[in-house]
Amino acid sequence: MSGTVNVSGSIRRRLLLQLVGSAALLAALLFFAVLGFVRNVAEESHDRILLASASSILDSVSVQSGEITADIPYAALSMLGNVSDDRVFYRITTAGRLLTGYADLPVGRSTGQVAQPLFQTAEYKEESIRVVTLSRRLAVSGAPVLVQVSVAQTRTGQDVQLSQLFRSALYLGVAFFLLASALAYWSAQSSITPLRALTAAISRRGPKDLRPVTRPVPSEMAPLVASLNTFISRLQTSLSRSEDFIAEAAHRVRTPLATVRTQAEVMLMRVDKEANRVGLREMIRAIDESSRAAGQLLDHAMVSFRTDSLEQDDINLTALARELADRLQPVAEMKEITLHFAAETDVRACGDGILIQNAVRNILDNAIKYSPQDSQVWIRVETRDGLARITVEDQAGGFGKEDTEALTQRFVRGANARDTIGSGLGLTIAREVAEAHAGQLLIKNSETGAGACVTLCFPAP
Amino acid sequence: MRYPVFSSPMKHLQKLIPAAPQLLLALFLFVQAQPARCFEIEEHRWIGPADGVPLRVISTTDTHILAPLIDSFLRRNPGTAVDYTVANSSQVMKAILEGEHQFDVALSSAMDLQTKLANDGYTRPYQSDATARIPPWGEWRSHVFAFSMEPASIVFSTKGFEEQEVPRTRQDLVTLLRAKPERFRGKVGTYDVSLSGLGYLFATQDARTSETYWRLMEVIGSLRPQLFCCSAAMIESVAAGDILVAYNVLGSYARARKDLADKIIVVDPVDYTHLMMRSAVLLRGGAQPKRAEAFVDHLVTAGWSRPLAEDFPFSPPPESLTDTTSGHRPIHLGPGLLVYLDAQKRRRFMAEWFSAVRKEGTPR
Repeated sequence: MSGTVNVSGSIRRRLLLQLVGSAALLAALLFFAVLGFVRNVAEESHDRILLASASSILDSVSVQSGEITADIPYAALSMLGNVSDDRVFYRITTAGRLLTGYADLPVGRSTGQVAQPLFQTAEYKEESIRVVTLSRRLAVSGAPVLVQVSVAQTRTGQDVQLSQLFRSALYLGVAFFLLASALAYWSAQSSITPLRALTAAISRRGPKDLRPVTRPVPSEMAPLVASLNTFISRLQTSLSRSEDFIAEAAHRVRTPLATVRTQAEVMLMRVDKEANRVGLREMIRAIDESSRAAGQLLDHAMVSFRTDSLEQDDINLTALARELADRLQPVAEMKEITLHFAAETDVRACGDGILIQNAVRNILDNAIKYSPQDSQVWIRVETRDGLARITVEDQAGGFGKEDTEALTQRFVRGANARDTIGSGLGLTIAREVAEAHAGQLLIKNSETGAGACVTLCFPAP
Repeated sequence: MRYPVFSSPMKHLQKLIPAAPQLLLALFLFVQAQPARCFEIEEHRWIGPADGVPLRVISTTDTHILAPLIDSFLRRNPGTAVDYTVANSSQVMKAILEGEHQFDVALSSAMDLQTKLANDGYTRPYQSDATARIPPWGEWRSHVFAFSMEPASIVFSTKGFEEQEVPRTRQDLVTLLRAKPERFRGKVGTYDVSLSGLGYLFATQDARTSETYWRLMEVIGSLRPQLFCCSAAMIESVAAGDILVAYNVLGSYARARKDLADKIIVVDPVDYTHLMMRSAVLLRGGAQPKRAEAFVDHLVTAGWSRPLAEDFPFSPPPESLTDTTSGHRPIHLGPGLLVYLDAQKRRRFMAEWFSAVRKEGTPR
């Protein structure tokens, strides 16, 4: 099956591109989702420590002999040092006036809501800081006073942590993408496996194998295979119908031809006039040619039929060839051709005896037919190089420079065959038989150059 | 080789008397180089070649203690001189905050003030192979670099303890002082926390660590203690026999006084002994950033090399720092140190402290 196929795109490539594309999209989504999530968590946990620090400072603010004082716990600031190496600032105000700490710490307007922490991000001393502000009311001499505590920390440690998280999220995304791509490749590859398997199964078939495809296929391929099977069966029907037709036609032609030939011979005996006898002989010769062509057509149809369901019998090639040589001996003698028979004993092959006989007969027939008067034909049967061989060599002039392969095509005849009765089917039949038995038909000129040498090879059993 | 040392004639005049021509030259240089200062300095020296490029160092450490380290630094960096100013820790802080005089490096025993300088943005970060040797608690934000570990020790007079074992723990000391109040009345000394930044650091760390500290202060307070500005004075006083016990003295200074070795007994209390770390910071706006970094590398390398460099002036830190059963506790650098610098906190602590030692009057 050769010929150009109109190819557009590739299922596997399209599938791979789509899968890898979705993997990239998902990896990017994963990256941003993870990054967003961990950033939130990191900021929240950082805020919580700031809040803990601020609230422990706020707890330490108390009224002593009518005055508000603060006693900042050591842990309030050292806990921030445990988290990161960041700068720490704080401020405590009472009723808007600085009690202690960094006076210029940027603190947004308090919401006025007591116990509601206020988180802000600001710039202070050339760095970005995170500030939490907490407030509480204390009673000083019976009057409530708002105490506000702010604790701030620079964000260097957090930035370092975030860049680490960024890297981790990036690695995660890339790893996900690579894994998904590998899986995509694998799945694209495996999804076209049934197609490849079907292709291989069909390509492996012999030229005459027109059985329907019965191997299991995925449901998506079922319509394709069903169509293919329908197509195959239509082809088979069409082929067998035409072969039947040819066989039928040949058969129908041959029987009347035999009658006509008999009548012509009877007529020949009765007619005395030389011109009429020449005409009748010419007629008989034409009838013979038609009859032989019809016979070969029938042979060919028979070969086609039998190769469809090839029998596997043990055949003694030596015996088969000898019998044929004996049978054709009278024909050869008519042309004064000497048949030389040389055979190893019991050369065997496995196959259909009728077909092999038919093939050998056609070859031998050809050799005798094309050989000139008073010449030699050799028949050899032997086993060589693991092949059982039947070789027929003649002195009929050989094939010249013609394409020996073309001679086995149907209805192609050699250049020296013009004067001889023939249809051109003989070698075709021989070749089809050889190939049906996984063998070969070798055609070449004989070593002396005087004639042709045709060899039928079969694998030895 | 030693470089000539020129000194300001403020406090250590007596040390310079042998070299009159040098003194004249020193005075000349001093007048030339010295702009008016708004902070109190104790000593000012020019170490190294007179035409050297000056690295300006402000420090709480007396010149003669760091001289070997500075000498080795100058040997390795030819063409450099060290313009060395000594002041107490609060004056060091003041000098830097005022910013009128640019210094390249500040060395201080006041870990809290060094931390505050770094926290408030007066210092710049630096990282090198040398600073990588410092353990995490001896370094903060790559801004503060510790280079020595010196214990807060108790110094006893040898004479006063001839017939008796010296106490090894604070509890033992409390028991002893309680048992013999007559003998120790007026004979006990400690830092005046209002005068000394280091004394304040030791006192606050003691108060954080153990309740025994307050008991000890109550007992000492009942004995009319003498309060000192500095370790050196306490050591001298113990050696002279004016006092018998000095609490929270820099052990490194006491042990360095080989001349007084037979007159004093230096004890690192086994219940716990705080280790102060002398530290360096690189100041922003210094004129010699590269030389300043080299100087810090030099100090840090000397301080954290094992075995210690020969020119390292301080006694080696105890081996067993990682041993949890050891009483030695380095005071960790970190924002926690800022707490006791808080004005409110400081006022409260001072009030409590002075009420314990019953000193007349109020702190500054």
